[in-house]
Amino acid sequence: MEGMSDGLTWAAWLLIVPLAGALLAGVWPRAGRWIALATSVLVALLALGAAAQVWTQGPQVVSLGGWVPPLGIGLRLDGLAAFMLLVAALVGLFVGGYSLGYIPRDGHGERFWALWLWLWAALNALFLSGDVFNLYVTLELVVLASTALVALSGGAAALLAAMRYLMVGLLGSMAYLMGVALLYTQHGVLDLGLLAQRGGEGTAMMLAATLMSVGLMAKAALFPLHVWLPPAHGSAPAPASALLSALVVKGAFYILLRLWLTVFQDLAHPGVMQLLGGMGMLAVFWGGFMSLSADRLKPLVAYSTVAQVGYLFLAFPFLLAGPGGWHAAVFLVAAHATAKACLFMAAGNLQEANGGDDRLASVAEVMRARPLTSFALGIAGASLVGLPFTVGFVAKWILLQTAITSGAAFWAVGVVAGGLLTGAYVFRLLGPAFRPGPGRSGRPVPVLREGVTLALALVCVLLGFAGSAGLRLIAATPVAGPGG
Amino acid sequence: MAESLHAWPFFGSGVLLFVLGLHALVTRPHLLIKVLAFNVMGSGTFMVLLSAAARGSGEPDPVPQALVITGIVVAVSATAVALALMLRLYPILGGAGLPPGPPED
Amino acid sequence: MEAQGGYMLVAILLTSLAPGVTIFFLREEQFALRTFLNMAGAVFKVVLVVALLVGVYREGYTYRFSVTLLPGIDLVLAADALSLLFASLSATLWLVTTVYAIGYLEGSPRRSRFFGFFSLCVSATVGIAFSGNLVTMLIFYEMLTLATWPLVLHRGTPESFRAGRIYLAYTLFGGSVLLAAVVWLTVLAGSRDFTADGYLSALYPEHGTALTALFVLLIAGFGVKAALLPLHSWLPRAMVAPAPVSALLHAVAVVKAGAFGIVRVVHDVYGIPLAVEMGVMRPLMWLAIATIVYGSVRALFSQDLKRRLAFSTVSQVSYIVLGVSLAGPLGAMGGLVHLVHQGVMKITLFFCAGNFAETLGIHRTGEMGGVGRRMPWTLAAFTLAGLGMIGVPPMAGFITKWYLGLGALESGQGWVIAVLVISSLLNAAYFLPPILIGWFGCPAAPWDRERFRGHRLETHWMLLLPTLMVALLALGMGLLASAPYSPLGWVSFIFGVAPGHGSEGFAGGAGP
Repeated sequence: MEGMSDGLTWAAWLLIVPLAGALLAGVWPRAGRWIALATSVLVALLALGAAAQVWTQGPQVVSLGGWVPPLGIGLRLDGLAAFMLLVAALVGLFVGGYSLGYIPRDGHGERFWALWLWLWAALNALFLSGDVFNLYVTLELVVLASTALVALSGGAAALLAAMRYLMVGLLGSMAYLMGVALLYTQHGVLDLGLLAQRGGEGTAMMLAATLMSVGLMAKAALFPLHVWLPPAHGSAPAPASALLSALVVKGAFYILLRLWLTVFQDLAHPGVMQLLGGMGMLAVFWGGFMSLSADRLKPLVAYSTVAQVGYLFLAFPFLLAGPGGWHAAVFLVAAHATAKACLFMAAGNLQEANGGDDRLASVAEVMRARPLTSFALGIAGASLVGLPFTVGFVAKWILLQTAITSGAAFWAVGVVAGGLLTGAYVFRLLGPAFRPGPGRSGRPVPVLREGVTLALALVCVLLGFAGSAGLRLIAATPVAGPGG
Repeated sequence: MAESLHAWPFFGSGVLLFVLGLHALVTRPHLLIKVLAFNVMGSGTFMVLLSAAARGSGEPDPVPQALVITGIVVAVSATAVALALMLRLYPILGGAGLPPGPPED
Repeated sequence: MEAQGGYMLVAILLTSLAPGVTIFFLREEQFALRTFLNMAGAVFKVVLVVALLVGVYREGYTYRFSVTLLPGIDLVLAADALSLLFASLSATLWLVTTVYAIGYLEGSPRRSRFFGFFSLCVSATVGIAFSGNLVTMLIFYEMLTLATWPLVLHRGTPESFRAGRIYLAYTLFGGSVLLAAVVWLTVLAGSRDFTADGYLSALYPEHGTALTALFVLLIAGFGVKAALLPLHSWLPRAMVAPAPVSALLHAVAVVKAGAFGIVRVVHDVYGIPLAVEMGVMRPLMWLAIATIVYGSVRALFSQDLKRRLAFSTVSQVSYIVLGVSLAGPLGAMGGLVHLVHQGVMKITLFFCAGNFAETLGIHRTGEMGGVGRRMPWTLAAFTLAGLGMIGVPPMAGFITKWYLGLGALESGQGWVIAVLVISSLLNAAYFLPPILIGWFGCPAAPWDRERFRGHRLETHWMLLLPTLMVALLALGMGLLASAPYSPLGWVSFIFGVAPGHGSEGFAGGAGP
């Protein structure tokens, strides 16, 4: 049963604290780093508290101000939301620590702190929102904060990438909002739970489902709507790239999954779900091949995000595989978020040490002289491929197990083949580090940053033992439809 | 769909605006036109929402009005960010046209 | 039998894992600390393995450690008699090879990286030995791939990069096949501990086709590292790695990990009775025979010494598979005892090849003429191990072939003895000529880069001593085969039969 509570709960604090931090850091940029540090620790603790509440008491619905839907705005804190909050908190904590050594102490760089906390608040709101219109607002907030983060370095490439990203983001949001309008026309409610009860299959529902899905797929950078991602993630500052790849694309995926679990459950016909899964597989291969042919580090890592997002879309065919089929893909979110954030952080270290140059051939020299970062790169890469002992291995295992259990072994073949492709580009990235010749440590990189990068890589290993707990948390999600 | 007949013009023209805006946003390279097109799309969506307010025969539903107001605020913020970025890009690009096709590197 | 403290097993893994990870971050010039960490870890591991051996043999203990990975799926470390066979081989040879590698790599660059990955490899190998179920074995098997690849690349030449790419392509592919198979098997039968006579018989014949397909996938997955035909061609190329790597990893750890996996699958997952009933043992036997003959023929025509040894490995590892596929206790004893015998003899040969190359620059068999006058000790070791490989009594290789022959008779397939004879003739054909010209020939040309001339010993002591130790070990295993802690004695203990006796009390795989 869903617990009901009002007043200020974990969920509410998870919105208030980062928002307050963002405001403080905005008006007082000189103290931004310390405000951000305090806020991130606090938000991480709150996320733990929220997860613990779901773990012990089950899903919660929070009615802000005591107004219940359809009139009031509800926050829903269930297993899926709590899991995403935890992933965001984990990545946020490490990216924050990393940024302490990345963001210069002077001038406009310090605006990063406010933007980052703003993004975090928006993401938390996104994970907790219980109605489709609120989700629209949070989507826009996420897009605006992300755009600013992409543009932060101020270079031509960054500004251009930010502009393209903004355009795709706005287009996606607008398509989503049109879907909301259609849903409201149809049902007269916005709350996810109430919409789920009404369901329905008519033309308007199909149109709404199409608009919202396509809009969100563009935001999640699903092939072939991915073209904005590599330049945007490739030209942002390293911590911003980490946040964007690890969390922001997952936000869009999260909403898409929510919608298909609730509002559109009656439309989840096998054909439609297989189509989404098939597009995911295409993304895996297209992104993989583009990564394999990239000759610079950050584009390689960015294209790998295009590929890995594809795996997430296996959640949709797995929806039909029986209760909890989609859990596998959600667990993969944690695996990919930690590995990808770590990879971008490592790439940032290497690029900076190499004087801003991230061509693979010259980065290799720096890798030879920087064991901490190279080790982190290796572990995070192994997690991406799904090699043991990493969380990536566990995630891949669950994906395969779900594929085989659901009797759709061809998804398993896709997952295995995609893993081999991932292996090919990860080892192509690591290989040159073993060439003979002198290492070159290059320009100084703060030890803090190298240490945080390696620590996140170790988290990728530790999370490998959190599979049971993670799945149990995700399972605390009330779902009525085929995925329940 | 909207049951009462008087909402149909709003719904229809809303959809039309949305499609027009979408077309311009995708095909026109000029950034200012893209921003305007986004706003046209937004207006179309808001009109569809307003048509939903006229459902049924009684009092108009107040919820869509609230949604539209919120939506306008969001759209204005997004427009502001887009325009600010455009101004920064203007000297770099030597114009406000987005170069065709992002580089696939 | 009560499960004892599993912390012993974790400690055994840590004795190589902890030094390995530490060594990565040591500076190149921290020679003493690195050597200390390596040697301390290696010695400690041997001590712990001996403690386990005694515990299992004398007290009949079993050791088990488990952590939950996913609902219903545990990471299980367990020590039974079979796992200790492989673990003690790895631990002993790691100790010896560490000494050898320190001498071999003296003064060469990037030793911290080398020893770091080397220790990780040993951890993975011992992990495979102590894996209590297929999932755990899969995990360590993949870890072994990951840790070996940098060692293949270590020299950094274009040739080693090519070999590294091929190695990775084969092993990642094998790993993926194995992963798919293990997941499938887990979906069918759950994740169960290895048990004597397997745990799948309840699923037969209902899931007969699936079980057969799974068997093929599992053998293919493990067969990549065991270098079974046609998945063998990474092995000769990987010989570009430094000699200690070829010696320990490509003669012992990596290929044996594959063979050990096959043993586990046949004995402790499927179980001999089920495997025979499914009719998969006969094809496996043919595969093993084909690999034995093919490897020997290729070895005969390889002039490069290490390449010849590599093809000999391809051939010899399949003896293990052959022994298993004979489906009787005596054949299985022959196969398992060969796991140890071949490891010790082949590492001797690789050490010798490394000594010849390091001291005299000899890489090809034709250049070995007269080497016995310059390096008698090394050539003596080479001779002992070579004769052992051929199967001349009383060397260890003879014991293997004797039991394989008995196993063939026992299972009514006496013609397999003909295969053994042919293989032995081929072994003789490619091992005897270099030995003969080494003792009785003359150097064709002066050796191009002679080192360590004028030393008291014929080569660096850290190269010579390990070589002689393993050669003596190989000799001792043959001479003292009937002692309780000899490989043969231990294998008999695994199967619950007295050495040299019949097949009463055949227990399958795991433990008495």
